Amino acid sequence: MHSSGSGSRADFWITDRDGPGAIVKEKGKGRGKGAMAETREEKRAPSIITVTELSKTYAGGFRALDSVNLDIRRGEIFALLGPNGAGKTTLISIICGIVNASSGQVRVGGHDIWREFRAARSLIGLVPQELTTDMFETVWATVNFSRGLFGKPADKALVERILRELSLWDKRNERIMALSGGMKRRVMIAKALSHEPAVLFLDEPTAGVDVSLRRDMWAMVRRLRENGVTIILTTHYIEEAEEMADRIGIIRGGRITLVEEKAALMEKLGKKQLTVQLQHPLADIPEALSDLPLTLSADGCALHYHFDSQGAQAGIAVLMRRLGEQGIEFVDLHSHQSSLEDIFVSLVQAREGAE
Amino acid sequence: MNFRAVSAIYRFEMARTFRTLLQSIASPVISTSLYFIVFGSAIGSRMVEIDGVSYGAFIVPGLIMLMLLTESISNASFGIFMPRYSGTIYEVLSAPVTATEVVIGYVGAAASKSVLLGLLVLITARLFVPFQIEHPFWMIAFLVLTAITFSLFGFIIGIWADGFEKLQIIPLMIVTPLAFLGGTFYSLSMLPPLWQTITLFNPVVYLVSGFRWSFYGQADVNIVLSFGMTLLFMLGCVAVIAWIFRTGYRLKS
Ligand SMILES: Nc1ncnc2c1ncn2[C@@H]1O[C@H](COP(=O)(O)OP(=O)(O)O)[C@@H](O)[C@H]1O
Ligand SMILES: [Mg+2]
Repeated sequence: MHSSGSGSRADFWITDRDGPGAIVKEKGKGRGKGAMAETREEKRAPSIITVTELSKTYAGGFRALDSVNLDIRRGEIFALLGPNGAGKTTLISIICGIVNASSGQVRVGGHDIWREFRAARSLIGLVPQELTTDMFETVWATVNFSRGLFGKPADKALVERILRELSLWDKRNERIMALSGGMKRRVMIAKALSHEPAVLFLDEPTAGVDVSLRRDMWAMVRRLRENGVTIILTTHYIEEAEEMADRIGIIRGGRITLVEEKAALMEKLGKKQLTVQLQHPLADIPEALSDLPLTLSADGCALHYHFDSQGAQAGIAVLMRRLGEQGIEFVDLHSHQSSLEDIFVSLVQAREGAE
Repeated sequence: MNFRAVSAIYRFEMARTFRTLLQSIASPVISTSLYFIVFGSAIGSRMVEIDGVSYGAFIVPGLIMLMLLTESISNASFGIFMPRYSGTIYEVLSAPVTATEVVIGYVGAAASKSVLLGLLVLITARLFVPFQIEHPFWMIAFLVLTAITFSLFGFIIGIWADGFEKLQIIPLMIVTPLAFLGGTFYSLSMLPPLWQTITLFNPVVYLVSGFRWSFYGQADVNIVLSFGMTLLFMLGCVAVIAWIFRTGYRLKS
């Protein structure tokens, strides 16, 4: 029924492939920084996704991604953190084949997403940001459709397990339009999992989601990770990145500004603050304590002692002794460790200050 | 070939048809019956035979074609427009499928449905007027080829349309007039010479003429030309669809 001439070219589904990607690849290899990152990566865990010099300019001329380089390690949970409009969805959409890249290269499981799109896409499950589901189909039908679409043989037991895990089993014969928003979100997750992806993208999975789903979802993410699935999620909720992620990437204005182990990030940038509530207000910080990283609150009732998470113990002991020497009495002590949110805000501010 | 994907899309689309089976079948069957009551019995009884074929029988192939065109276009355009409109197209775009597989799935389902309806209308028509089919093989060939061709055309419309109005406008403003002026209700030889020439620019003329030939062995235009023009139109649609997927037109930003 069809001209086999165009049909046999397996990739005419795909647009602007080869050309720019191939060139960029050479460039990327030559870069000292890129090469170093690669060898380091290989020592730890091989990358499952490699994004090289990826740029995207939308039809209107808006540059949504600007030379993005990113490596995702096999089996990790990677959180992509960034304000609205930073390019998170664009990045995910290009990797998944929904948006055309302007230039650059992406490999998934070693497969170029344009030239070897079948192999690359077979590995990927996507739960997009927007709630987009069929309406008239049943839950059961739509999830099985997804599995077939990805070329997997029917497997009722597996689909049943997924539906049960997402508390959808009782709803399997209901039409999707009869479900609540949270349930629809579960259906989308079930669809993404139906073909047993090695990489799962969750684009703002918990935006506007009720508590029970959020809890179920994180439990599911952890279970998937235990089974070796790599998970890339974007979120506005920094606590979530903090709680879930192994590594965190920060994206702003289409550029990845930072990629770091979560623990290292907290360590490196995580400032601690000890607040000493004073018995009697001070007018100024005593001369004798001026060598310490202290600030006085506006009302003079509290001293703030700033220190890095490293070597905290010694610092606090010294402070206590010095306060005692000065005869400064205090009524309360509490410490505060900066969260990822604080780090994020300070990074954003630092960047805005620099601009 | 990712046969499972093709089959998943095909079955998904067919399920959509069977879910609305009653309205899918009722509307073409009722409208064909009305045509036969009005043109076949009421008016037809006053009409002379055309080339030895009673008027009621004469309009059968044209009516089937009319229905085939409308149904193919609306099925296929709706089939691909809806996922674009609702956003569920993301899944097809991100799946390990080629354009060819997607098209076979969607267009195949739309064409299957129209062929089934075409046969149903044929049977309905038989209840109103007696007729014979001289070349059953060619009749089926024309039926299938037309269903595929216009489902491809509908697929293009479904991708081009960015709203429900546009989805309707081409079938309404172009296809229906062409179909009515395509010789369904009259023989070209009944037209003045100038109009006979102008009519040859109407692609539907070739479909109806060829299809009628498979019934009664008579045609307004040469049967080879009919078949060739239909094939040509089909290849044109295939080329446009290939271009759509190569550029991502209206599918990918
Ligand atoms: N289809 C599109 N056409 C033009 N601009 C777009 C399109 N999609 C997204 N953008 C723009 O690209 C930028 C990045 O969007 P997006 O990737 O959705 O960001 P995020 O997911 O981080 O919120 C935004 O400024 C957005 O307006
Ligand atoms: Mg987004």
